[in-house]
Amino acid sequence: MQSYVHVILAGLSNGMFIWLVASGLTLIFGVLGVLNFAHGSFYMLGAYGSFTVLKYLGAGFWTGLLLGPLAVCAAGFVVERFFLRHVYRIALPYQLLLTFAFVLIFDNLVKIVWGGGALSPPSLSFLGGSIPILGRNFPVYNLFIIAVGPAVALLLWALLEKTWYGRIIRASSSDREMAASLGVRVPALFTGVFVFGTWLGALGGGLAVPYVGLLTPGMGEAIIIEAFIVAVIGGLGSLKGAFVGALVIGVMSAFGTRFFPSFDMFLTFILMGGVLLWRPQGLFGAAR
Amino acid sequence: MILEASNVDTFYGTSHILQEISLSVGEGEVVALLGRNGVGKTTTLRSIMGLSPPKRGSIRLRGKEIAGIPPYEVARLGVGYVPDDLRIFPDLTAEENLEIARRLSGRDGYWNRERVYELFPKLSDLASAKGINLSGGEKKMLGIGRALMANPSLILLDEPSEGLAPLVVANLVDVLGRIHGQGVTILLADQNLKFCRKVCGRGYILEKGAVRFGGGMEEIWGNEEVIRKYLVV
Ligand SMILES: Nc1ncnc2c1ncn2[C@@H]1O[C@H](COP(=O)(O)OP(=O)(O)OP(=O)(O)O)[C@@H](O)[C@H]1O
Ligand SMILES: [Mg+2]
Repeated sequence: MQSYVHVILAGLSNGMFIWLVASGLTLIFGVLGVLNFAHGSFYMLGAYGSFTVLKYLGAGFWTGLLLGPLAVCAAGFVVERFFLRHVYRIALPYQLLLTFAFVLIFDNLVKIVWGGGALSPPSLSFLGGSIPILGRNFPVYNLFIIAVGPAVALLLWALLEKTWYGRIIRASSSDREMAASLGVRVPALFTGVFVFGTWLGALGGGLAVPYVGLLTPGMGEAIIIEAFIVAVIGGLGSLKGAFVGALVIGVMSAFGTRFFPSFDMFLTFILMGGVLLWRPQGLFGAAR
Repeated sequence: MILEASNVDTFYGTSHILQEISLSVGEGEVVALLGRNGVGKTTTLRSIMGLSPPKRGSIRLRGKEIAGIPPYEVARLGVGYVPDDLRIFPDLTAEENLEIARRLSGRDGYWNRERVYELFPKLSDLASAKGINLSGGEKKMLGIGRALMANPSLILLDEPSEGLAPLVVANLVDVLGRIHGQGVTILLADQNLKFCRKVCGRGYILEKGAVRFGGGMEEIWGNEEVIRKYLVV
């Protein structure tokens, strides 16, 4: 019993990182219609950015979390404004190709700036340590992550459903021509949504700094694959789907790692295959 | 002239759709674009709105060149657009569809929510219904109401009478009369000559992307040759 609870908790905290990356990916796909393969790079850059603020500026955790991802937003701005914008009307494979190019560019950029080796972040004083849960210790930081995930989900929901900008975003994502005909500056709005999605991915990276132990130039790739799987299972473009999918995948792969260590990712792919056979549009996707 | 288009050429990819279209609409007029299916009526309205920007030619709104400027700027200059398929935002409610148009326009004027509900009493009962759940006729009312909420000086109205029962068309004639009565200029595209005769003062007849005839509605109505050649199927 006690060990199950711990596996579930570990799965939930893993799932929340996947959610943070999947949320930006999903938002960008839902509104702009672009599948951004480079989204994992924003996660990586967010981690390196926060790490740099922590280590070289000697700032505290919150400052790192604030400044790191904020700096990555500039990269998101450049990617959308000068590159992606020109491929919205082109077939999906070309979009994927372009965003994949950015994966390689950002990986190399990180190697040039921070070196190719793994970096280990300074240990946390605050939110560090463990507390006993059912008689076994569980890291406080992981509990913090389990709380951040739903907080971000709530923030996104409120932003999209309860604010004026959210209403414009929903209108523009369902019909960008009509929105433009009513006065929405659609290209600028899309840049804004892309940069916000970038921030979500980078925030995931910033939060990962104390969690993953080591930062490596390829760290965005593993998580973007999981985030893609989660987005597909949940239904591409559905934030609710991404959230539920991340929880399911997080917990499932925690059980996989615990009980069938050699089949870890295999189980995830089986689950994706099963969901797609049963509901090709994903759990919360609209049927086409 | 509120709108003056001259020698407008518009392409879809490599197909040359509009061929040197010239037309004008005076302040306070209601003008018809007539013609059979596929002659370029919708494309003309889209070119004015900036959704299908012309490759050549000039479109002036109160003297200001608007050919090629993005749709959101055309909208802010006071042009409203009601597409033939209405394009009501599906996951906003009817009222949110109206409000978004007013707030985006940044203009206040005669038209507001109450006045639109007065014009279309049925809409006030549907205020909290999602766009996706409205019927075709309800969407038509909402599409026109949404355009009015921006208090435009010119409305581009695509196929307003299409798919409406005769009684509803009669009501639409009345509604457009009331809108016109508030000083709104209307350029509408429609195939129904009888309907256009009731609401428009003048009309242009299009064929193969070019203007073939222009004149008063009574003049068109009386010209059997033109009607046979360009309008009846
Ligand atoms: N997106 C497009 N790509 C290519 N050709 C198009 C496109 N839209 C319209 N056309 C073509 O342009 C021509 C003019 O179309 P348009 O829709 O303007 O005609 P219309 O007069 O509005 O017709 P209808 O009465 O059927 O609405 C047609 O031949 C049509 O096939
Ligand atoms: Mg048409």
